[in-house]
Amino acid sequence: MLATLALAAAGDPTTLDVSWLDLGLAGALVLAAMGISAWQRLGLGRGFAIGAVRATVQLVVVGYVLVYVFAADRWWLVLLALAVMLAAAAQASTGRVGAPRRVVLPVTGTAMLVGAGLTLAYVDAVVLRPGQWYDPRYLIPLFGMIVGNAMNGAALAAERLTSEMESRRGEIEAYLALGATPARAAAEPTRRALTAALIPAVNALMVVGLVTLPGMMTGQILAGASPLLAVRYQIVVMFMLTGAVALTSALVVLGYRKRFFTAAEQLRPGGPA
Amino acid sequence: MATTDPGTEGGSGFVLRGVVQEKQGTRVLDGLDVTLPGGEVTALVGPSGAGKTSLLRLLNRLDDPTAGTVLFRGRPVAGYPVRELRRRVGFVFQAPVMFPGTVADNLRAAVALAGPGEAPVAADERWVAGLLESVELDPAYAPRDTEHLSGGEKQRVALARALATRPEVLLLDEPTAALDPEVAERLMSTIVRVAADSGRTVVMVTHRLAEARDFTTHTVMMEAGRLVEAGPTRALFERATHERTRAYLASA
Repeated sequence: MLATLALAAAGDPTTLDVSWLDLGLAGALVLAAMGISAWQRLGLGRGFAIGAVRATVQLVVVGYVLVYVFAADRWWLVLLALAVMLAAAAQASTGRVGAPRRVVLPVTGTAMLVGAGLTLAYVDAVVLRPGQWYDPRYLIPLFGMIVGNAMNGAALAAERLTSEMESRRGEIEAYLALGATPARAAAEPTRRALTAALIPAVNALMVVGLVTLPGMMTGQILAGASPLLAVRYQIVVMFMLTGAVALTSALVVLGYRKRFFTAAEQLRPGGPA
Repeated sequence: MATTDPGTEGGSGFVLRGVVQEKQGTRVLDGLDVTLPGGEVTALVGPSGAGKTSLLRLLNRLDDPTAGTVLFRGRPVAGYPVRELRRRVGFVFQAPVMFPGTVADNLRAAVALAGPGEAPVAADERWVAGLLESVELDPAYAPRDTEHLSGGEKQRVALARALATRPEVLLLDEPTAALDPEVAERLMSTIVRVAADSGRTVVMVTHRLAEARDFTTHTVMMEAGRLVEAGPTRALFERATHERTRAYLASA
């Protein structure tokens, strides 16, 4: 689940170089996947081929963009890069929610902006305190991880709230009919949606280091950083992601819940609007 | 409507004027004018698709009409604070929804929803027992988990829960639809007694015409989102004016 951007030690002299030829050799492993697809007639060969090319092109482009942003060293350029990341993640958060994008996107987008933004600001200003507040070497990879996790939390919360609100219409109207507020009437769907969004965050804390070796930590170690420093960064990252997911999911649930009710506190017959 | 209008003054009745309700492009209420008199037990009858449940849901604003007005005590329902209206106009659904917990939890939930300072009663054990007795359930049910109740018992708990806010009006959407005839009949007599005890207005949707005939004082016959005719139950069942009503009621 964690993004795989290396944090520290870029350009460390002990890091092995990866040449274009090496990349081609690594591509042989994708050929293995394509071979399996052909053998079992899975029809995934084309997907793997296109996917491998896309992944290469996307990452190389991102690499050049990052080189440019790092070299330019302008705060507004860093913030612009963060905004692009947020916009892309917000778009992706609406996919499987089961409600129209024009309803979901403003909710998840706002929640991710606030939830991810506040988390990043806290880590930057309070925890890590880099010499330059907008140092892209920290902000961009950190925000990548925060936004990726916030996106998953937002999507899970929204998807679960949609289905719970639908399957519990009877219960919600029974509460409304007794004079309950919409918030009270939807208390159970709210709890269930939040739980669904937060359980992966709890699990991630439980198994990290035992079952999973996070990509960021692995990347730092590969790039030559001391494992102990890499571990400390990883702990910061885990806590940061927990906070970001919780904050974002809570904001999604609060903002999205309202969309199921009219101004007169009626449950909308056609779902959220 | 040229009749005297018990919905406008004093009694807690309803007057509907030119009510149109559209749901997903279909007209379920089509210019409905009708009075539901205060202090009476009114049956809403008519074939499926007549708009009976749609009408009922307008009375405590679970829905709003597309056009037209609904008056409660002579005032548009939209003019009341919506939660206050819903506490004064109770609603019992066709399929009883139990909240998690015990029977007593369910009754207390209704009072707790009223918010601080608004709770009409101290929801103690005596109060729970009294409420259960009023719907003819043994007070020994109070600590029971609602999951293990029968359909008829659940509907009685739902009725008691609706009564917990001391509503002036009780709306019932086919409260006996899911019950055996015998259980249904006992529940109906409870409902009618609860209403008679307090002078409460009751409006009930029913498909069981014998239920309407035997337990209600006023009957409203609807078809295709319109009023066919309305009047005292006995008069309507004995000599309906409209052929449609006669044909429909004859199946009772």
